[in-house]
Amino acid sequence: MVEILSKQKLSGTVWRMRLHAPRIARKRKAGQFVILRPDGDSERIPLTIAAVDAAAGWIEIIFQVMGGTTAQLSGLSVGGSVHDLAGPLGKPTRVEKFGKVLCVGGGVGIAPLYPIISALSEAGNDVTSIIGARSKELIMLESDIAAASARLLIATDNGTHGTKGFVTDIFKTLFAAGERFDLAFVIGPVMMMKAACALTAAAGIKTYASLNPIMIDGTGMCGCCRVTVGGQTKFACVDGPEFEASEIDWDEIITRLGSYKDFEARARENCQECRLA
Amino acid sequence: MDNKFTRINMKEQDPAARARNFDEVPYGYTDGEAVSEASRCLKCKKPLCVNGCPVNVQIPEFIGLIADGDFAAAAKKIKETNALPAICGRVCPQEEQCEKLCILGKKGDPVAIGNLERFAADWERENVSININDGVNTEKSAPAAKKAAIIGSGPAGLTCAGELVKNGFDVTIFEALHEAGGVLVYGIPEFRLPKQIVKQEIKYLESLGVKIVKNFVVGRTATIDDLFNEEKFDAVFVASGAGLPSFMKIAGENSVGVYSANEYLTRSNLMKAYIQNPSTPIMKGRRVITVGGGNVAMDSARTALRLGAEKSMIVYRRSEAEMPARKAEVHHAQEEGIEFHLLCNPVEIIAGGNGAVTGVKCVRMELGEADASGRRSPVVIEGSEFTLDCDVVVIAIGNSPNPLIPETTPDLKISEKRGTIVADESDGRTSKKFVYAGGDIVTGAATVILAMGAGKAAAKSIMQDLAG
Repeated sequence: MVEILSKQKLSGTVWRMRLHAPRIARKRKAGQFVILRPDGDSERIPLTIAAVDAAAGWIEIIFQVMGGTTAQLSGLSVGGSVHDLAGPLGKPTRVEKFGKVLCVGGGVGIAPLYPIISALSEAGNDVTSIIGARSKELIMLESDIAAASARLLIATDNGTHGTKGFVTDIFKTLFAAGERFDLAFVIGPVMMMKAACALTAAAGIKTYASLNPIMIDGTGMCGCCRVTVGGQTKFACVDGPEFEASEIDWDEIITRLGSYKDFEARARENCQECRLA
Repeated sequence: MDNKFTRINMKEQDPAARARNFDEVPYGYTDGEAVSEASRCLKCKKPLCVNGCPVNVQIPEFIGLIADGDFAAAAKKIKETNALPAICGRVCPQEEQCEKLCILGKKGDPVAIGNLERFAADWERENVSININDGVNTEKSAPAAKKAAIIGSGPAGLTCAGELVKNGFDVTIFEALHEAGGVLVYGIPEFRLPKQIVKQEIKYLESLGVKIVKNFVVGRTATIDDLFNEEKFDAVFVASGAGLPSFMKIAGENSVGVYSANEYLTRSNLMKAYIQNPSTPIMKGRRVITVGGGNVAMDSARTALRLGAEKSMIVYRRSEAEMPARKAEVHHAQEEGIEFHLLCNPVEIIAGGNGAVTGVKCVRMELGEADASGRRSPVVIEGSEFTLDCDVVVIAIGNSPNPLIPETTPDLKISEKRGTIVADESDGRTSKKFVYAGGDIVTGAATVILAMGAGKAAAKSIMQDLAG
């Protein structure tokens, strides 16, 4: 049992939750995730660690209500607990001094991008962050990311904040203006990552994308999270979650992510908390 | 009963009925059946059966106690050497071990040692409240007790923990998943090993003082060096299991509806996808193909039937004689109506426009010369391609070792060829001082009882190395 220390609604269906997890807080590095189960009968779901305080012994997760399990998680209260929490999992982000780095986050992918931005800036990189979402209230951690980046650019689909359009529109403009980057990191919904990585590839920028396939154990045992990278099957949980974007078979990931679409839709409909959210 | 050479078989659920439920297949012996079967034992002066047991269960002694009707004493006798008798009685390949060496086997059926072991363990569980101090040297469990960390709560880890706690060690098991038991809970299905039995056997170990920390991934949550330096353990036994599932590396293998056996069985067993309205989904499939010929393949194919498949098929590249699965499991699968496509090898998995699997393209094989394993190796028959329609594929062709511990323990010697931890199979010692390893992480995928034997051997080494 892991105590819930705080809980905050960031927007309509996006929540931030602080969990008492001293060991994970101490061990975790940028780019890693946890697997949790809200209660003793729940599914296991992977969530990226958004922030930690090693001294205070907590970690924060940010999640969007997508299916039954995230709905269930959003229904838990401060002082209550999540049943199971394991981590930190996955390989940490490779952090070194690369030079000029572009960090691109879309939607709920903004949360896991934040620790990577911080780590890269601390390592002496010149970080340009571009974050985007459907509308202003879905742009999270804006001030944190602004403080951690050399420059922050924002896009919203409906133009309620920053540039109207997609994150890709912003870096099209940057590339057109002749800006060059040594490396890029991209995290977000899979369609956004696919589009963004196509553009960075065209601009000749080596890019890492953090993948979010369906997982069960998260330790390499089941192979559910397998993805094709460079023509080889890799397990996102132990070989990733970050991979070099130009080698990723995006269409396969998109197809596999849809494996349980019907089941997830039913779970969402059946979930009381979901209607409350 | 009248014939000394004929075994009393356990009564089983009718194949047609059991193929549609998850209840255990054999019902177990009645008291009378157990006494009669036990009475067949010749009580050899030099019993060969004991030599066949990786944990040296005192077989003639416990069988003698059953024959005398003292079932509680029989269970206690087994537990002197085997901490998990209800599990071993069910899943050990006795026909390859103790029963293979039984003298009665020369003229008829060997004594049903496995069935009797199961009977004694079940009888105790149902009739006796376990005395938690039984066989424990409590005087030694003082604050000064030596601390042992066990990585993984599968058969090797549980056995090692049991041995050490009985000898006064302060034992903690670290389990990566949310439930203890390893392959016993995520892999082996309910109809072959009811989870309640695993829970009870683990509860017994906890009652002896073993601590179990779940959701703790050694290699990530803490490294082996952290366990020594920060947590002050004196010894670490690595029993982390077989690990990553292997795939065939053929086209279409990542289509929607293609599972590794580990994933398929984990969804069904550990995540309880077989119950009504589970929180974790599983694709039930109308026509399910399982690729492989081992026990895990049989478990997968039989699970598919129980989940409601109209047809469950096994595709295996050699013939039935080469199948690594236990004969009894193959027989059970055949009785239940699993269709065996032998001497067939998948060459491609075919998916429809939506990415979901629709069939497996196979080629027919014939057996050629014997290979390194002594089995005749299959050779493709040219032009024999054909397609089997299906909507779910389960790949059960083995595992390779999990890299988490090897990657995070720099001074631990790893087999370059196989990725397994290099350890002396007779005593569990590795290249790193006070680190021991056993079970599938050392041998590659093997059996529950061999893992238990390794757990026992490592416990002995730990006691020797930490003495004084």
